[in-house]
Amino acid sequence: MNKIYMDNAATTPVRNEVLEAMIPYYGELYGNPSSLYQTASLSKRAVEHARAQVADALGAKPDEIYFTGGGTESDNWALIGAADGCGKEGGHIITTSIEHHAVLHTCRYLEEKGFDITYLPVDAEGLVTVRELEQAIRPDTFLISVMFANNEIGTIQPIKEIGRLAKERNILFHTDAVQAVGHIPIDVNVLNIDLLSLSAHKIYGPKGVGVLYVRKGTKLKSFIHGGAQERGRRAGTENVPGIVGMGHAIELVSAEMREENKRLIPLRDRLIEEILTAVPNARLNGHRTERLPGNVNISFEFVEGESILLLLDTKGIAASSGSACTSGSLDPSHVLLAIGLPHENAHGSIRLTLGRHNTESEVNEVIRELPPIIERLRGMSPLYEDFISTQR
Amino acid sequence: MYTEKVLDHFMNPRNVGEIADASGVGTVGNPRCGDIMRVYLDIRDGVVKDAKFKTFGCAAAVATSSMATELVKGKTVSDALAVTNKAVMEALDGLPPVKVHCSLLAEEALQAALWDYAVKNNIVIDGLKEPLPHEQEGEALGIDLQ
Repeated sequence: MNKIYMDNAATTPVRNEVLEAMIPYYGELYGNPSSLYQTASLSKRAVEHARAQVADALGAKPDEIYFTGGGTESDNWALIGAADGCGKEGGHIITTSIEHHAVLHTCRYLEEKGFDITYLPVDAEGLVTVRELEQAIRPDTFLISVMFANNEIGTIQPIKEIGRLAKERNILFHTDAVQAVGHIPIDVNVLNIDLLSLSAHKIYGPKGVGVLYVRKGTKLKSFIHGGAQERGRRAGTENVPGIVGMGHAIELVSAEMREENKRLIPLRDRLIEEILTAVPNARLNGHRTERLPGNVNISFEFVEGESILLLLDTKGIAASSGSACTSGSLDPSHVLLAIGLPHENAHGSIRLTLGRHNTESEVNEVIRELPPIIERLRGMSPLYEDFISTQR
Repeated sequence: MYTEKVLDHFMNPRNVGEIADASGVGTVGNPRCGDIMRVYLDIRDGVVKDAKFKTFGCAAAVATSSMATELVKGKTVSDALAVTNKAVMEALDGLPPVKVHCSLLAEEALQAALWDYAVKNNIVIDGLKEPLPHEQEGEALGIDLQ
């Protein structure tokens, strides 16, 4: 059976070119970048090369790039570091109700520390309105954190407008760009971004390495304390192979972005249209066009997501769901609830995220396999039975 | 995360369907929590002759419904009451901790169908309590619906 991986928003395989670039730094080039001898200086040079690669991809300067242990650490550092650096006990942060838990749970932590947080609602398509954001600004607002694109429903936020507003009001602007990088062109100066989080494993790089872009002059306290690595702002011996992988991965996705999007967007649109045509009582979640090139998120009424995923898995298709049953809690995805889906429809949602390995024939296979699975589950659903009886 | 038996009963569920003019029908669960089970029983001379189910829910919900209906078939009404969530779980070789509530729902669906049968026939079944209305299911299971 062919395996079809359509969960590229969860993680991606490390591409061969990236892995090849990394391997020497596990072997003969093992030196600690902080040491003085020659092997070490080669490691140091590799880290600085990767820093330049990341800076190029973001329109930033190399000394504004800090390597971290992943997207979650970058988000934690951005929020807690900015809160610690704001020079006040408490203060106000504006974020959204659809952020990744790396941001939302950090905000909860900061609330316990005495900070006020506004969680902006989003509209039915998952968009933040800049007007509502503007109205939420208070004299003590020191940070706005709005994700670039949502991991579940793929909606792309009006980052440029938000950046402009934050700059006008002299408020720090952080964006979690973990899902956006490699799919949407990012220039931190054009977009007025002060802090930006990235992760390597979403762009065919290794797991366990991320980046926080920190605009020069930003008051940001350290988060990981220890040695003088990363110019004294992020301690700990550098994950040299991981950092090398991050640099190569971001350079490659940035160079290929335009061509890859041209290929992915029609595939995505066909997947959406064919599924919605074949399956009644289904809807697309997220914005139709302001959407990540590979993201498909659909709710199917009367059925439950985990059941869909397991049946897809028997056909070799890997996807994910906003159902509570896959999250270990009893509540469905906070993102799907925030766009106004009733609980029962949120439980019946699945996400298919396309990446560079997915082909047209794979998309065709999903279009073939998915509708009978929904039909089969509806056949055993009491909700569907009730629905049909009201239709008679 | 699931045992082979759970996966088998999910992939090949036994007793899916409806029974026309069932002796008792019980529906439990709450769409907010993502699980609804409906059990149909055909009871003749105090014996469960047939059992069918329809379930909206995850694999564990489908598998526990399937197993619960299997276990109850051929049993007397009083023996059917002994088909508890524990019995269903054991028959499935266990469930992950987050899915234990599915087996409770299966037990409650059976009991709700037996209650419906008792009410329709104006009889009392020792040890059987009136099921909770739908909306209270989650609370009864200690689930925070917010």
